[in-house]
Amino acid sequence: MKAMQKSLMTAAVVAATALSGAAQAEGISDDKVKIGVLADMGGVYADICGPGCVTAVEMAVEDFGGSVLGKPIEVISADDQLKPDVGSAKVRQWIESEQVDTVAGLVSSAVVGAATKVLTDNKKIALISTAASNAFTTSSCSPYNVHWTYNVTAVANGTVKPMVQAGKKKWFFITADYAFGHALEKVATDVVEQNQGEVVGAVRAPLGTTDFSSYVLQAQASGADVVALANAGADTVNSLKTAAEFGLTQTADVAGLLVFTPNAQAMDPSTAGGMTLTTGFYWDYDDATRAWSARFKERHGAIPAMGHAGAYSMTMHYLKAVEAAGTDDSDAVMAKMKEMKPDDFFARNATLRADGRMVHDMYTVKIKNPDERRDGDDIFKVVDVLAGDQVYEPMLPECNFAKS
Amino acid sequence: MNDKKLYLALFILALAAPAVLYPVFLMKVLCFALFACAFNLLLGFAGLLSFGHAAFLGTGGYVTGYLMINAGLTPELGILAGTLAAGLLGAVYGKLAVRREGIYFAMVTLALAQLAFFFYLQAPFTGGEDGLQGVPRGELFGFIDLSNNLAMYYFVLAIFVFGFWLIRRTVHSPFGQVLKAIRENEPRAISLGYNVNDYKWLAFVISSALAGLAGSTKTLVFQLASLNDVHWHLSGEVVLMTLVGGMGTLLGPLVGAGAIVTIQNYLSGGELGNYIHIILGAIFVVCVLAFRSGIVGQFQKMLKQNF
Repeated sequence: MKAMQKSLMTAAVVAATALSGAAQAEGISDDKVKIGVLADMGGVYADICGPGCVTAVEMAVEDFGGSVLGKPIEVISADDQLKPDVGSAKVRQWIESEQVDTVAGLVSSAVVGAATKVLTDNKKIALISTAASNAFTTSSCSPYNVHWTYNVTAVANGTVKPMVQAGKKKWFFITADYAFGHALEKVATDVVEQNQGEVVGAVRAPLGTTDFSSYVLQAQASGADVVALANAGADTVNSLKTAAEFGLTQTADVAGLLVFTPNAQAMDPSTAGGMTLTTGFYWDYDDATRAWSARFKERHGAIPAMGHAGAYSMTMHYLKAVEAAGTDDSDAVMAKMKEMKPDDFFARNATLRADGRMVHDMYTVKIKNPDERRDGDDIFKVVDVLAGDQVYEPMLPECNFAKS
Repeated sequence: MNDKKLYLALFILALAAPAVLYPVFLMKVLCFALFACAFNLLLGFAGLLSFGHAAFLGTGGYVTGYLMINAGLTPELGILAGTLAAGLLGAVYGKLAVRREGIYFAMVTLALAQLAFFFYLQAPFTGGEDGLQGVPRGELFGFIDLSNNLAMYYFVLAIFVFGFWLIRRTVHSPFGQVLKAIRENEPRAISLGYNVNDYKWLAFVISSALAGLAGSTKTLVFQLASLNDVHWHLSGEVVLMTLVGGMGTLLGPLVGAGAIVTIQNYLSGGELGNYIHIILGAIFVVCVLAFRSGIVGQFQKMLKQNF
């Protein structure tokens, strides 16, 4: 009986020590910092943030020196197959059985929504590079979300506002018929109306539509000054192509609200030339962006899209914060990330706000005409640099996690 | 008698499994296994190929998720509600579908399932492409905290065992015998005085309710109901699971679901992730060409020949 009591006591003491160790979380847990990259490896967004995002995160880890506070940094990756259930299950598994400290990448807003819920429940940081929705720092904000590259508000403000103010008052939307498209259309509509513009109509095209002719004809009949494409990826490419075939590009301006570098490369320059759009990064902006992009291209085989550069930049910032905090405990690292100013080739005049929104300079660019292009990578002409606080939405009071 | 020993052994194995394997993975297998078993009740025992079973899985999931988020139901009530909703939908869809046979039956179920898909895509409460996120797992009967993976696992296991028992009971009942008679020779069943459509309809309702049960459980496990649960891809996947495992055998769907989920899980992390659909397609073709009775069916044949 005595022996039994003694062993029970010992067990209790051991358990208590183990628990207190976990609670304090000083230093690096599990003797390594492990970053999981969740991205779309083979789907429609693979070019935007797929294997390229893994490369970018790996580059950041290598540039950081491969270790932090004397402990190795490990990168693992998985395909979310653009399915929220697959993505959230993967993240859960990473946290529960593979000691992952943070998840980077994070592409499709649907997957990210599910993944960030799991991450927040487990107090792990989400480093969101490519998701478009602004929900992660507004309606479903969390003290563990970091949203880096851009969001729908920024691209809508950046592209729509100057056009409306320049006198293009009548707008028509061709919208991808799902959550992302609706969100983009709504944000852009607000911007149009705030600037005394008018939305004369909108059509919803299912995701993956190949024949846009009926939608383009409706746009043409509306008499709008600007036809805005509230869609992404192949949908943007296809709708623009149809708009050109029907002569819409001659009678009205076509604005792509969300165009990534690989999509712009896929467009026919003779029809896309002159189109205005907003991006969080352009590889050919200055020497710093060119230097990084050249290294990225050497490894990845294509110039970086904004999500790639964002993934590098935020991984770097995370690792610096781990070093500064002296621990990989999420709360401490998050506090450091928000305290330190991100500053690199990607993040210019940048701050990471208390709600997790990284506010930085955005770029208004025009797609170059065929005769202006040196080669296939020479696609944008930067026409304006937009200060971050002009294009991102202000922080919501309920999302201010500064002092909790 | 042998059956009982086999089930007991499997049950003990299932009880011990979470010590070795990741519980969430096991729960996924069990949810899909229940789904495949429910589907197999129709295909294997009544000879009805439903190509829209994802609609019931998804309905169960969405209803459970919605009620648990917004009405604060406990898990057992949430699952019950999801199962009932799927059963009701099955009753309506079944009434329409069983009037046709063969390829027409499959097409009608597919069309009806697509209706459900577009409903869930557009309905505001489902969150569209984002799905219903953040479904709480809650506390079973008000005192068992299901956020613990092990507690959740044994709850899912209990649900699966119940579902499996119900299917086994159905198959071995006189009702099940009539279903098999209809599968083998429908005109003869009619001439014997059975109201064939009513039998088929009832089998359809049981099957869809159980598919809904699987969907409700899955939503609790992943805390998420998404469009993938109602997509026709999933209706196809369940056919694959059933055929690979062994159509018309009780354990076949369990084995098939285990095999397919394992393959998907294994491939999604590796280099071959991009080829997952091609690999599954190849498995399907090989399965249909080489061993049509599936893993369990083939195994039973070997047992019969050699012992």
